[in-house]
Amino acid sequence: MNSYFNSTLFRKTLAGASGLFLVVFLIGHLVGNLQLFIPGDAGQKQFNEYALFMTTNPAVKLLSIITYTCIILHILTTIILVRQSSKARDVQYLHKSGNANSTWASKNMAILGTLVLVFIVIHLRSFWYEMHFGAIGLDSWGNKDLHTVTVTAFKELWYVLFYVCSMGVLGVHLKHGVESVFQTLGVKTRRYFSLIHNTAFGFALIIPTAFACIPIYIYVTQL
Amino acid sequence: MDTLKLELKIWRQDSPKDKGEFKTYKVDGLNTHMSFLEMLDVLNEQLIESDSEPVAFDHDCREGICGMCSMVINGRPHGPLKGTTTCQLHMRHFNDGDTITIEPWRANSFPVIKDLVVDRSSFDRIIQAGGYISVNTGSAPDGNAMPIGKEVAEEAFDAAACIGCGACVAACKNASASLFVAAKVSQLALLPQGQAERDDRVVNMVSKMDQEGFGHCTNTGACEAECPKEISVEYIRKLNWEYHRSNIKG
Ligand code: HEM
Ligand code: SF4
Ligand code: FES
Repeated sequence: MNSYFNSTLFRKTLAGASGLFLVVFLIGHLVGNLQLFIPGDAGQKQFNEYALFMTTNPAVKLLSIITYTCIILHILTTIILVRQSSKARDVQYLHKSGNANSTWASKNMAILGTLVLVFIVIHLRSFWYEMHFGAIGLDSWGNKDLHTVTVTAFKELWYVLFYVCSMGVLGVHLKHGVESVFQTLGVKTRRYFSLIHNTAFGFALIIPTAFACIPIYIYVTQL
Repeated sequence: MDTLKLELKIWRQDSPKDKGEFKTYKVDGLNTHMSFLEMLDVLNEQLIESDSEPVAFDHDCREGICGMCSMVINGRPHGPLKGTTTCQLHMRHFNDGDTITIEPWRANSFPVIKDLVVDRSSFDRIIQAGGYISVNTGSAPDGNAMPIGKEVAEEAFDAAACIGCGACVAACKNASASLFVAAKVSQLALLPQGQAERDDRVVNMVSKMDQEGFGHCTNTGACEAECPKEISVEYIRKLNWEYHRSNIKG
């Protein structure tokens, strides 16, 4: 059992399982964000009530602790794996084979993940930090007005572009990641191969695209 | 008949400790029906005639079954042709005037012995850790006394096609030995003869693979694309499953 926990395969499984949880988290997060499409006062009221619920409900609190744990676990395990494997080949090839034998995404997960991390930090600073510690105003119903913070942030073109590009990066990370995790867990059998392959691809395409539509919508409606 | 003139950029290294460097050679009048190894034989005769040290490279069967002929040709282990070892690769797949870069397998677990020859005994040690079955010696048992389903037999046989060449390691960005280990573990896990050591085997072989310094599997699929026996990454899926299963069972 001790050899299990020390094995690269177990670390990889932890990286995959935490990544899979984050994938589930993304679905929930997206559903919440879609409320930003509701126009006018009704939209503002609903979104701010939702934000209040998300920061106070004990079940959500527990879920958020699990989410943060998974982010940390995913980052730690992947850093350990990548560092360890970088020691497996000291002398590099002179002639590189490019993408002759594998996809670009699969070979650049660490760069993609690091960019996602940069996004996460800036994203948390913009919204999570404001909601918890910022000098945030109240809406007409007396709730913290995260809606206005969001709408104001997406008035800036550069911020919208940064958000949209980050979602592109996330999509490429997920294109390899979501399919890969089922291989790591050992469940991507021939029988489920196409199901997993297609679902993973669809997921990697749809979720980031849907996320990216929100700032674009907010930006365009404020022009 | 078509002949080829080539420029070869080959890794030369005198000994494991030597730093090594690329040297460029020209060969002319090559028959396109030659295998890649025969082309190197021509170069070596040329070198011997000019009192230079011939290029050391591994080879044995020259018919795609021993797995010795390891070299990375223009960035691809065993060259550009799918499902082919270097000895089975013919010069007609190259063009007149080409420059071809030839490098040894690059992995710390496969140290270079000389030029293109690497030491693959780390694979032997992984096999020693669990790639065997216990059977009573004596007269061979009746083949029909142990029924094995056709699908299972075929799946095991496809895994058994692995010739232990190490191209999977050479191709992998992490120098991971997962495909090799997966083939060996799966082959035995699928068959009734392999059941006695099934759980210990996968645990011991995986931990030996880690100890030998091979990297982890990122599921890039480069190994499958370069494997001369076209071993599928489905076996890595199976290896992962076997590994989790054995450890969770305890
Ligand atoms: C929402 C955020 C993220 C999600 C949903 C996610 C998801 C995943 C998934 C599902 C995998 C596949 C694991 C496997 O093959 O078993 C993966 C791999 C990986 N992730 Fe992430 N990830 C996220 C953020 C990050 C961040 C912030 C980093 C780095 C700082 C990162 C670095 C990596 C690396 C390096 C791999 C490849 C590991 C390997 O070589 O096998 N990821 N990710
Ligand atoms: S899995 Fe394929 S590439 Fe790897 S050692 Fe076996 S035959 Fe060679
Ligand atoms: S020399 Fe035996 S496989 Fe190529």
